Amino acid sequence: MREPDKRPRHLERLLALLLLALALFSPPLVIIADRPLAGGLSALPLYLLLAWGLVIGLAAWLLERGAREGDRE
Amino acid sequence: MRSEAVILAAAFGYLALLFLIAAWGDRRASQGRSVIGSPTVYALSIAVYCTAWTFYGSVGRATTQGASFLLIYLGPTLAMLSAPFILRKMVRVASDQRLTSIADFISARYGKSRVLGALVALVALVGITPYIALQLKAITLSHAVLVSYPAPIELQLAEERFWVDKSFWVALVLAVFIILFGTRHLDASERHEGMVAAIAFESLVKLVAFISVGVFTVFVLFNGVGDLFARAGADPQLRQALDLSAVDGGALGWSGLLLLAFLAFLTLPRQFQVLVVENVDERHLIRASWLFPLYLLAINLFVIPIALAGMLLLGGSDPDSFVLTLPLSAGLEALPLLVFIGGLSAATGMVIVETIALSTMVSNQLIMPLLLRSPRWRLESRGELRGWLLGIRRVAILLILLLGYLYHALLGDAYSLVTIGLVSFAAAAQFAPALLLGLYWRGANRRGAITGLVLGAMVWAYTLLLPGFAQSGWLPLSLIEQGPWGLDWLRPYALLGLEGWDIYTHSLFWSLGLNLTALVGLSLFGRQSRLEQTQAALFTGALRRDAMPTSLWQGQTSRGELRDLLTRYLGAKAATRVLEGGDDDRPAPPALIARTERALAGALGSASARVLINSVVRGEALDLEAVLRILDTTSQTLEYNRRLKQKSEELARIGEELRGANERLRELDRLKDEFVAMVSHELRTPLTSIRAFAEILRDGKDLPDAKREQFLEVVVQESQRLSRLIEEILDLARLESGRLTLNPQRLDLAALARHGLAAVERLQAERGVTLESAIEPGEAWVMGDPDRLAQVIINLLDNAGKFADDERPRVRLTLSRHKTHYRLAVEDNGPGIAEAERERVFEKFHQIKQQQGGKRRHRPKGSGLGLPISRGIVAHLGGRLWVEPAPTLGGACLIMELPEALDD
Repeated sequence: MREPDKRPRHLERLLALLLLALALFSPPLVIIADRPLAGGLSALPLYLLLAWGLVIGLAAWLLERGAREGDRE
Repeated sequence: MRSEAVILAAAFGYLALLFLIAAWGDRRASQGRSVIGSPTVYALSIAVYCTAWTFYGSVGRATTQGASFLLIYLGPTLAMLSAPFILRKMVRVASDQRLTSIADFISARYGKSRVLGALVALVALVGITPYIALQLKAITLSHAVLVSYPAPIELQLAEERFWVDKSFWVALVLAVFIILFGTRHLDASERHEGMVAAIAFESLVKLVAFISVGVFTVFVLFNGVGDLFARAGADPQLRQALDLSAVDGGALGWSGLLLLAFLAFLTLPRQFQVLVVENVDERHLIRASWLFPLYLLAINLFVIPIALAGMLLLGGSDPDSFVLTLPLSAGLEALPLLVFIGGLSAATGMVIVETIALSTMVSNQLIMPLLLRSPRWRLESRGELRGWLLGIRRVAILLILLLGYLYHALLGDAYSLVTIGLVSFAAAAQFAPALLLGLYWRGANRRGAITGLVLGAMVWAYTLLLPGFAQSGWLPLSLIEQGPWGLDWLRPYALLGLEGWDIYTHSLFWSLGLNLTALVGLSLFGRQSRLEQTQAALFTGALRRDAMPTSLWQGQTSRGELRDLLTRYLGAKAATRVLEGGDDDRPAPPALIARTERALAGALGSASARVLINSVVRGEALDLEAVLRILDTTSQTLEYNRRLKQKSEELARIGEELRGANERLRELDRLKDEFVAMVSHELRTPLTSIRAFAEILRDGKDLPDAKREQFLEVVVQESQRLSRLIEEILDLARLESGRLTLNPQRLDLAALARHGLAAVERLQAERGVTLESAIEPGEAWVMGDPDRLAQVIINLLDNAGKFADDERPRVRLTLSRHKTHYRLAVEDNGPGIAEAERERVFEKFHQIKQQQGGKRRHRPKGSGLGLPISRGIVAHLGGRLWVEPAPTLGGACLIMELPEALDD
């Protein structure tokens, strides 16, 4: 089994996730997130950690689901 | 508990534990029960990315640069997300060709070029040694902090000699560890199972240690995250600490750092080692793609709280040591020790893997090619060289560690941890253009790669390394401020006057820009050797085909010669394993030559292996042109086949459609001919009789008046028939061209039906047809043209009469209401119409066919146009006309259905 990714649009979804992550971690959105919270500190780190967690969660969901489907084939 | 003895015991005890784990891992591997065959262990071993720089330096960076330390970990997250596109290909190629380091990988891609391999090894050595030094420095520093706290540490460092410096001894122990577990096999492409197990364990230790400090800081020193952030927010000096404005270079610096971390993660020698060389199973990449980013997230979770807490409580002390000094300041004993061990594990993990990767490169890409060229080395009398090769690699390990230690000892304290790390990142990033472009673009060639790498490395050295030396005091500071020889535009941090950028983005822009330009430019205008073309095709198409076709070797050699070669370089055991016995005088089959080259490549690097194979194989070892042709054809054929299949399916479908259409056309054509014949015949019959009777009338002057009267009557009737026929043909033409004009109005279908019955009654009676009717509703209002509808009804009745039974013909008309429609049905007791024929009776030439095919009937037949015309009219009025079996009389039943007219 040298080609594990026979599932439809699996690679496209991963590519889309990569682009989403790139957009979330890059300036336009990062600049938007850079504003003070109620306590006075910038929300930037909080935003980054949340976005990061979201991306990891999505990746885990996509990849693990894909791996299970791959096993069933 | 912080006594020197305890700390030393802990540190060296921990190192001893590493030895145990590695030995255990190696023993399990030799028993065939590998401990590293899991994606989780794989992900943990990738976490060697988090060095002492992460452990201590992240907090330091967070205090000065805000959130930008996260970029060092977001870049690798992006790289892992792109694993299905980049890393999977790298792993596949490396395992196919037995590539053992990033230098070997790049050299193999560009035609197994020895120059390129040596260049990559050299750049890595120069660029990464400071990074190893940084790890040793971190060990020294953390030890000093632990021992002397709360006294400042600067004094101590200056006073110490190297034999007092703990990191010197740690480096020595590591050298022993690496020599034991890193050079167990000569074949560097074989996994270092024990070492990987130890690295995975170290990753767990540093994670646990860091999270412990984090939890302690947030929940013991402060009352949770809210409390810490509220106090930090209240401090006017800290309020801006996390802003984007704290990052050097702002948004641009942000993007530059993200790119740098992304590229470095793929090109750092130690990352290549754990990601590609030590990969056991390609599928492990799938889980590691999210598990490793999760690890990064976990280890970074508490960086900002620790940084804020350190600035609040320990303002003024070295932020790189906050991880240690925070628990120390609280008077704890065990936790600082755990932190020290965590930092030690981060540092040693990095040093171990990096040194193995570098030593493989140095021995295979720098020393081996030199030795192979020297005539003394080539002497046959040398005997077995296996021991020599391992010796070279072990010496390389010692030298690299020594170099790292020297750098550390001489470096001074000018550089903070993070600075050195990023300088090394930028050096490794110089490999990215040749590596990544080479994976996807077949046209990238050797000269471009070499020139690009040389230029990139030179610019890197000028814009990052030399200014670093200047800051350490080895070069005059005026180099940075005024430029060399006072040349303003040559200032290393503002090349050509490009100012206002942070130093890393600035250096990355110039070095990668030149690197990429040279690579692309020279590739576009240069040529590739055949070997290069082959390798380029193998690399770029790695995911599309299985392994290299091996049946293309055409050079000649004997098994004996291959055995000699393998025995000399790899030892007798390896030779037997590769050759699997056989008669030594027999010529070696092509697959065996390929296997021998792969085995040599695993130990010596692909470039040297090729030189050696060529030395024993007579004739061109590999028919490269044939290989290229096959590579091209396999990928093209696959694509071509797919398209061909698609096309032929399409063609078959179109052919089927065409055949059907043609059939239909031919049928129509035949029917039309028949129709024309029929029409001519029908027109001629009345014409003939008119003409005959007219001639009789003209010639027979003495005909009796009664006879004359009768003949004239026939002429008139036949003329009427003629004009009716012509009228029908015209109607049909109008219907078909859509020019039929109807005058729809509200009318009573019941009355119309009664009227129609009356009109045909006399004629049918003459033919002996019995007419019956059952008109249920008193009135049936529909919209319709009265003349045309009457024509339809008469036609239906007439038709039915013609097809009714010969002996006792009966025709029955019924009118009934059916939901919102009225149905007028005309049935007969004739033979009926077969199911298949029911729709065809409405084709305008149909009856003609039937008449010619069946026996002629005595009753007059129509033109065969009545039903098509009737259906056309009914359809124009919004109704339907169709055939069913007759419900009462048993013959055919024609039903006309019209919608009920709305009340005005």
